[in-house]
Amino acid sequence: MSNTQNLLRQTGRWKRWEYPLWLLALASPLVLADHALIINEIAIVALFALSLDLILGYTGIVSLGHAAFFGMGAYSAALFAKLVMPDPLVGLAVGIASATLLGALCSATILRGTDLTRLMVTLGVGLILGELANKMDWLTGGADGLQGVVIGPLLGQFEFDLYGRVAAWYSLAVLLLMFVLARRLVNSPFGATLKAIRDNRLRAMAIGIAVNSRLTLVYTVAAALAGAAGALLAQTTGFASLDLFEFHRSADVMLILVVGGVGWLYGGVTGAIVFKLMQDAISSITPQYWTFWIGLFLVVLVLVGRERLIRPWTWFGKGKTGGTP
Amino acid sequence: MLTILFDGIAYGMLLFILAVGLAVTMGLMNFINLAHGAFAMVGGYITVLLMQKFDVPFLLCLPLAFLGSALLGAVLERTLYRPLYHKPHLDQVLFSIGLTFMAVASADYFIGSGQQIIQLPEWLKGRTELGQGAWMLGMGHYRLFIIAVCAALTIALQYVLAKTRFGSRLRASVDDQRVAAGMGINVNVVFLTTFAVGSGLAGLGGALGAEVLGLDPSFPLKFMIYFLIVVAVGGTSSITGPLLAALLLGIADVAGKYYIPKLGGFIVYSLMIAILIWRPQGLFVRKGGK
Repeated sequence: MSNTQNLLRQTGRWKRWEYPLWLLALASPLVLADHALIINEIAIVALFALSLDLILGYTGIVSLGHAAFFGMGAYSAALFAKLVMPDPLVGLAVGIASATLLGALCSATILRGTDLTRLMVTLGVGLILGELANKMDWLTGGADGLQGVVIGPLLGQFEFDLYGRVAAWYSLAVLLLMFVLARRLVNSPFGATLKAIRDNRLRAMAIGIAVNSRLTLVYTVAAALAGAAGALLAQTTGFASLDLFEFHRSADVMLILVVGGVGWLYGGVTGAIVFKLMQDAISSITPQYWTFWIGLFLVVLVLVGRERLIRPWTWFGKGKTGGTP
Repeated sequence: MLTILFDGIAYGMLLFILAVGLAVTMGLMNFINLAHGAFAMVGGYITVLLMQKFDVPFLLCLPLAFLGSALLGAVLERTLYRPLYHKPHLDQVLFSIGLTFMAVASADYFIGSGQQIIQLPEWLKGRTELGQGAWMLGMGHYRLFIIAVCAALTIALQYVLAKTRFGSRLRASVDDQRVAAGMGINVNVVFLTTFAVGSGLAGLGGALGAEVLGLDPSFPLKFMIYFLIVVAVGGTSSITGPLLAALLLGIADVAGKYYIPKLGGFIVYSLMIAILIWRPQGLFVRKGGK
């Protein structure tokens, strides 16, 4: 076995602390039964952030329209449940499939141009989909949202309850599955080429990496994961609204990822926990103006630098900059 | 039909004044500033509040809106923006989104979330009609006023850029910042001035546009995409590019909303994506970007 293969294997291996972590996560709906709803939300947002991490953290594409895929997955899962059949797993598959399709279509738009161009194009796709969902009100319910979505029991036996315990387990299980997949992906030779493209696109091209097909593929996979997150949200809340496509959703998920750490798979999960708890705490104090504090947090985060913000002991004196955690 | 064209031109001119500061700062420092709309909002609110609370005449409010936003721009440039010029684009995007969120929430808190209404003076309220039938041209006086002001500003900007010493310094800094600094141009001062003037113009645009575009706390988010379209499509190397892009956008938007109201903003966004796929560096850029 060659050296490179060994290296990839080593970084891809499950660490010892990861097993209890996931066990803890799966046990949390039981232990914190009162907070099952927020656990469900955290799992969904974590999955969404994970999908953005694939393109932002590992491939270096700044996207402001990732909510497009989230919304697409949510709407198609909700519509499928309403019009065809209420089974959640089939609905999830449909949500993922439609988001994947959309991702494959949109991946053509991010291949060329500068950061600004990509930013604009991704933003534009998100806006177009939001506009479509608004105007096709005979199908999507327009500005009122898609109501009357009833989801059947999971695997034919577990009914979604009011306290969201089944929902939380469902979302956590999907998150774990997707996490394992994403982990496999970024630690494969394919993942290594993605990082090469992120670090120096020109050089990656020169050593024979097919940059465009790699970008297309990773963008599509990320869209699929985002679609899964959206489908989970629609299924566990039984509702889909235009809010799913909103700009602030794309901005929030970017914030989550940056808080947790870009280019690190646990970044999305950590960020989701921090962000959701923070949102919960702030919005219980000032329900209307919590975006101000989120904005302030962003500004401080960027100005001080994330590395220094989470290491308070480096605030005084010439702190040495640590590596990514 | 001519009326729509006229309205589209007025709208486009307004967008140009709002976005030109963004184009220049983005070309100069390669800084993606999503908070530009916040300066426009500040200008709009200065005008509205001055008129409502202190009965300042409308014409006097416009320069005040310009000065207020320019001052704010200068202060923020000096304190917050400058450390970020050499950070990656992701940081800049996050920072300016954060600033926008703060601006939106503060406007909501201090002034209220309702739509602000501006009382125009009598002489701007009328409407003149020329010709008849399909070729009738109906010109709202206020729109005429907007076009006149914006055209005068455009000519003044073009003059400053092309003929004055400051303009040549600015152009040199846009072309190559390091060489310009090496030639003894104080790039920091050039940039501070440009940023302040750009913010001021945005404020003026916000004040002028309060009646046409509507003014509420979500203004920076709602129109952010339009400013960015103007800049991305027009390119950042000249001011004619953004001008043409703004006119195109204005006419396409007004015509689209008039003829096919069901599609809403759909046309504009699709057009933008198509143009950016076709020419990623912008529609009116001669060279292939930096």
